[in-house]
Amino acid sequence: MTTFLTVIVALPIAALVWSSRSDGLSSFWYWISTPESVSALKLTVAVAALVALTNAIFGTLIAWVLVRDPFRGSSLVNAIIDLPFALPTIVAGLLVLALYGPESPVHVHAAFTRAAIYLVLLFVTLPFVVRTVQPVLHEVDTQMEEAARSLGAREATVFLRIVLPSILPGILSGVAMAFARAIGEVGSVTLVSGNRPFHTEVASIWILNQSSSGNATGAAAVAVLLLAISFVLLLAIGGLRRLATRHERA
Amino acid sequence: MPSAALRRWSVRSVALGYLLVVLMGPLAMLFWRVWAEGLGQAWSAVTEADTLHAFQVTLEIAAIAVPLNTIFGVVCGLAIVRRRFPGKGLVNAFVDLPLALSPVVVGLSLFLLYGRTGWFGPWLTDHGVRVLFALPSMVLATVFVSVPYVAREVIPTLREIGDEQEQAAHTLGASGWQTFWRITLPSIRWAVIYGVVVTTARCLGEYGAVAIVSGSISGRTETATLRVQDYYENIDQAGSFGVSLVLALIAIAVLVLMTLLKPKEGTA
Amino acid sequence: MSISALNVSKRFGDFVALDDVSVEVETGSLTALLGPSGSGKSTLLRVIAGLETPDSGQIRIADEPMDGRAPQDRGVGFVFQHYAAFKHMTVHDNIAFGMKIRKRPRAEIKARVAELLELVQLQGLAERYPSQLSGGQRQRMGLARALAVDPKVLLLDEPFGALDARVRSELRIWLRRLHDETHTTTVIVTHDQEEAMEVADRVVLMQHGRVEQSGPPLELYERPANPFVMSFVGQANRIGDGWVRPHDVQVLLEPNGTTREALVSRLVHLGFEVRAELVRDDGTPLSVQLTRDEAERLELEAGQIVYIRPTRETVFGS
Repeated sequence: MTTFLTVIVALPIAALVWSSRSDGLSSFWYWISTPESVSALKLTVAVAALVALTNAIFGTLIAWVLVRDPFRGSSLVNAIIDLPFALPTIVAGLLVLALYGPESPVHVHAAFTRAAIYLVLLFVTLPFVVRTVQPVLHEVDTQMEEAARSLGAREATVFLRIVLPSILPGILSGVAMAFARAIGEVGSVTLVSGNRPFHTEVASIWILNQSSSGNATGAAAVAVLLLAISFVLLLAIGGLRRLATRHERA
Repeated sequence: MPSAALRRWSVRSVALGYLLVVLMGPLAMLFWRVWAEGLGQAWSAVTEADTLHAFQVTLEIAAIAVPLNTIFGVVCGLAIVRRRFPGKGLVNAFVDLPLALSPVVVGLSLFLLYGRTGWFGPWLTDHGVRVLFALPSMVLATVFVSVPYVAREVIPTLREIGDEQEQAAHTLGASGWQTFWRITLPSIRWAVIYGVVVTTARCLGEYGAVAIVSGSISGRTETATLRVQDYYENIDQAGSFGVSLVLALIAIAVLVLMTLLKPKEGTA
Repeated sequence: MSISALNVSKRFGDFVALDDVSVEVETGSLTALLGPSGSGKSTLLRVIAGLETPDSGQIRIADEPMDGRAPQDRGVGFVFQHYAAFKHMTVHDNIAFGMKIRKRPRAEIKARVAELLELVQLQGLAERYPSQLSGGQRQRMGLARALAVDPKVLLLDEPFGALDARVRSELRIWLRRLHDETHTTTVIVTHDQEEAMEVADRVVLMQHGRVEQSGPPLELYERPANPFVMSFVGQANRIGDGWVRPHDVQVLLEPNGTTREALVSRLVHLGFEVRAELVRDDGTPLSVQLTRDEAERLELEAGQIVYIRPTRETVFGS
């Protein structure tokens, strides 16, 4: 089992990390600070953050409606939520392009812009927050909400002060996963963004291009940086989670 | 309208509105565009030699990757939940790693391992073994990205079930293998099946990692997903939407299976 | 602040929880809603609080109709069986919650919380989280939290049900004392008749969504309205058409013409009391309660033949 894991996962990652510094630290630094790679990284992180935030809000909202407000057809809606998991990303990209591209039936022409990247990533990351919040929402003790109401709290207060803190760990988990996914997404972004350097080129596409044109070292450097950003972010969110659940471990 | 009902309806509308725009919009496009291009066109694209070969490659890869990861997932799940060993945390982290990795990072790392100038490069060239730009690297890439799924279903299920049944079997004289086959495996079978479904979907949909390691050579190292891109780049709408439709139909079938097999909230 | 429930009915699907129930609760009293599971007592309490909406009927608090009023606007304090503690807030913040959302000044909140902590004897635990408290402490916190906003009425839904016996009896005594100090109109739901009898000024006994009898505890005990009430609020033996309390049976060693024969099958010594399980001449069982002294005087032991005579019998019209 560990051999399998080593051969399949650990070894390649080791090769990656090694290669990124094989030409020396200065080479690493060079490749992660070229104007094009910096632009790509900035775009990637910014869009991913926006996508994560959007999901935090709407994913929670959708989970709320599915758990607390079942309606005719909510089981169908519940099933469809997983579609972005099941659909190949390249197909997702193609469809979003068709929707917002030059022949858009709704006359929204956002293709090959940063907005398009945002929109396609919203599609791809849709399930994450919804699926992590649903089980947590189920577990919330509704009597706490009743207690809050009996003490005079309005519905908004009940949600913000009682429900939200309880489901926050779930939201944070989902946000972490959505962010990690958005940072690395390739298949869907490549079609809709047009991959224009300095405009709509994301880090993953930059890496793809560099490796295709033989610049494995440069590609590896930025790949490692991307890895590091993900790692730091996951740690930060893990820390937030621990903070949000400290009352359980008191 | 009393404010409680108004509140409920507005929340519901916003949520459903979001879903309509973000999820249903693109999905609707699929059927619309295939219709627009003409089913006949789409069909002839789908049945072109190179496309059929691409589907074949996709299925071949999945046929190797899915069983491998299923066995790994079950073994790994059992080890993590039921055994003590040093480095368990590290193993857990590595199993989850592919979920956080960009597919291009995966492809690149394989490139650096098996490429001509990679770690194993010289050895492979000397022995005339082709890994990159050939099926082996595509399989390795697909296996890499789909490692976590079965394990992640098996682990919580094993934890929830507990090992009392297995203990009972041991006291009744069952050997390790018998216990596994007759007690453990049946108790996790739905988790495994669900994991297999998700893994298969992941394998069929893989793009980024395979794009790097395969070179996307039509008729040789193209998968169905790479074929979609190929058609797109050649402005062949019928082709790209046609293949997409096939992939989407498979995805919907996967979705149906996932929904039916999904462990219910709050039950073991 | 009186409470009136007038002709309240409520169903859940096919199940009738409340069937035309009317109850009056006097200002400043401690009333117990007593009854077995499914009797509707919790439902009635929740309807009073506004946590459930009745299908028909009216609730009035302080003689104001509560129709359509949300729980937020009724001025009730509610205490839950499983505490409903705000897990992610400290004890202080739990108690202060009601005041905080009413935007009371910090100093006032601090003082009141300190006052309440002392009242419920949780001083020094202000910065703890509910997960660090025992069940009894959590419930005292729940009470303090409800009292913090000076509710017009206090509603307790089986508040001691989740606690073990010793803590339960301690808290019972404590609750009664608290009520005697604060004089807040209080309604407590319980399935434990001992609890109701011990704690309440008035008991409302319910079954199947209807009120069987309501009145001071002693009245229900001495003048029960029907066999259900009689056997629910205390032990009762059926003798022919009549019902007899275990302590209303005279036990003699010799027959005297008015007695019936009975065999002592078992003696249970419960400290001060002795419970004698008897079997009468017609085979029916009879439970008799004696003081330890009486039992000693008669030198009772298992297998002995004794002669019994009810000193007080209750007969219900059909």
